[in-house]
Amino acid sequence: MATISCGDFKTSYAKDMAIFDSAFARWCLAIFLLALLTVPLYASSYWMDVINRVGIAVIGAVGLNILTGFTGQISLGNAAFMAVGAYTTAYLGAHVPGVPFVVTILLSGLVAAVVGMVFGVPSLRLKGLYLAMATLAAHFIIEFVATHWNDVTGGVAGVSVAPASFFKYSLDTDRQLFYLIFGLMFFMVFFAKNLFRTKVGKAFVAIRDQDISAEVMGVNLFKYKLMSFGISSFYVGVAGSLLAYQAKYISPENFPITLAIDYLAMIIIGGMGSILGSILGAVFITCLPELLRLGASSLSGTFPSLVGLFASLKLGVFGLAIVLFLIFEPDGMAERWRKIKTYWRLYPFSY
Amino acid sequence: MDFFLQLVINGIVVGSIYALVAMGFAIIFKSTSVLNFAQGEFLLVGAYISLMLLVRYKVPFYATILITLVFAVVLGLLIERLILRPMIGEPVISVIMVTLGLSSILRAIVQGIWGTDTQPYPEIFPSQPVMFGLVPVSRAHLWSMGCVIVLLVLFTLFFKYSRFGIAMRATAFSQQVALSMGISVRLMFALAWAIAAVVSAIGGILLGAMRTGVDQSLALIGLKTIPVVILGGLDSIPGAILGGLLIGIMENLAGGYLDPVFGGGVKEVAPFVILVAILMIKPYGLFGKVHIERV
Repeated sequence: MATISCGDFKTSYAKDMAIFDSAFARWCLAIFLLALLTVPLYASSYWMDVINRVGIAVIGAVGLNILTGFTGQISLGNAAFMAVGAYTTAYLGAHVPGVPFVVTILLSGLVAAVVGMVFGVPSLRLKGLYLAMATLAAHFIIEFVATHWNDVTGGVAGVSVAPASFFKYSLDTDRQLFYLIFGLMFFMVFFAKNLFRTKVGKAFVAIRDQDISAEVMGVNLFKYKLMSFGISSFYVGVAGSLLAYQAKYISPENFPITLAIDYLAMIIIGGMGSILGSILGAVFITCLPELLRLGASSLSGTFPSLVGLFASLKLGVFGLAIVLFLIFEPDGMAERWRKIKTYWRLYPFSY
Repeated sequence: MDFFLQLVINGIVVGSIYALVAMGFAIIFKSTSVLNFAQGEFLLVGAYISLMLLVRYKVPFYATILITLVFAVVLGLLIERLILRPMIGEPVISVIMVTLGLSSILRAIVQGIWGTDTQPYPEIFPSQPVMFGLVPVSRAHLWSMGCVIVLLVLFTLFFKYSRFGIAMRATAFSQQVALSMGISVRLMFALAWAIAAVVSAIGGILLGAMRTGVDQSLALIGLKTIPVVILGGLDSIPGAILGGLLIGIMENLAGGYLDPVFGGGVKEVAPFVILVAILMIKPYGLFGKVHIERV
């Protein structure tokens, strides 16, 4: 059983399309996933919170990557679409008691998808910078609605979210939510990975690479762009719904424009147009502040001023990470990972 | 009628600041095709530098302006050289993200040095307002309008008659043609960033004086200016000025008349509703260069 193949020995299309290169890669993933399942048994509640946020970020980042990385439609509106999902969850929890969380999450995703498609309509005429502007406007308009539609959103004060429940069972703690979040994450990542082996996914990539050629080849631009907005917003809405369950209380402050920038940073740093990249980027951006916090608190004995500077340090490192990645590794961590794998493929005979 | 007039005059006054910031956007976009999301942070840096000079080092006001502007030039040149030049030829999303990253870095530096509390800005203009008929207008606002008019004339002349201005327009038209005519495209890019930083720094000083206090929220004006540049046309300086005034007036009117209906905050969202409308009807704005692509 080969661990990593040392060259390209594929002899059929099926092999070329396979997700896993070798059985070894599949086993590695399976073992990793099994190990992941045991995390709630020993992680502290602080790290449980971080890990759950990572899971939510992965779903959101994969969603954004479908739209921005694979279809080439820049969106600054994802924080707002996330808010739509989160508020739907809060509303259903408060007004329709006894609804199982499966239905709630699904509906939250669908509502977000509809809103996303509405704001995706301008994408037929606009592209690049101008679409980024349109989605930025979408963000501020949805934020305005969230702060003013008091009956549904509770206005600036926000609303509390009923815990995720399935008939008489309810998921209250981070440890219980972990299985919901990571189960969903697994299925959604798997779906996204497979999406790009289908006709729809190929159409998305064709639009990204050159929209005019795509249309010449018979790809219906409007249909597929809207579909991309819909699927992406569904993912983001589900992430928002899970975020609402995890935070237990949401207000417009949970979804600032900086959140949208965080998600864009995830897919840029992770790798645009790469599912693995979205995962790596989400882990990196979510864990970065936590690692900084650990570093700052361990150094606080020698440099007491560091604690006060923490907020600006976090912001600065975040900005620096984006800039440095864009300058030195524009294709992101996924590309770096591929290079590392390629290097080891022929080791020690690298030529 | 008085209410209407008051709203319009307020709108013009706020609009003139928008126009100033939008001018920075337009200058950079015109010559380098980069939309600088860190424009608001340039404003912030300008305001804080001038504040520090005025309060801590007791530098006279005119010298402060001069030093701040020199600093802005250096900042603009540094950013262009270190961050934007490696991005030449990269996709739009990368360029947007790099300026967003830059805005985080600048904000972090400002926070690290000056903290997040609002700092009082010394009174530069007398607080006694000037009366226009029945409508009072503060002196700081008049100064900002004066600055906008002077800068508009200066830049129009600069782009029309000076060697550098013509070279910058050539660069915007086609970098290849500009290069083959012996124009240094790199120099033009650097110049554009320096000018934009200077314009924003002026905006920062004026805004600081106008609000009599400086804090992080000053940077938000950068995002609020985006509808302005879209309305005026991204690559048009007169468009930026007219767009600034129009958006200023429209947001004040919307705020004045619709706030009672929606319960406040309309002023903040109105520019973005207008933005969506412009993008739907006339995406290249009033004076922007139309770029047609058809299958």
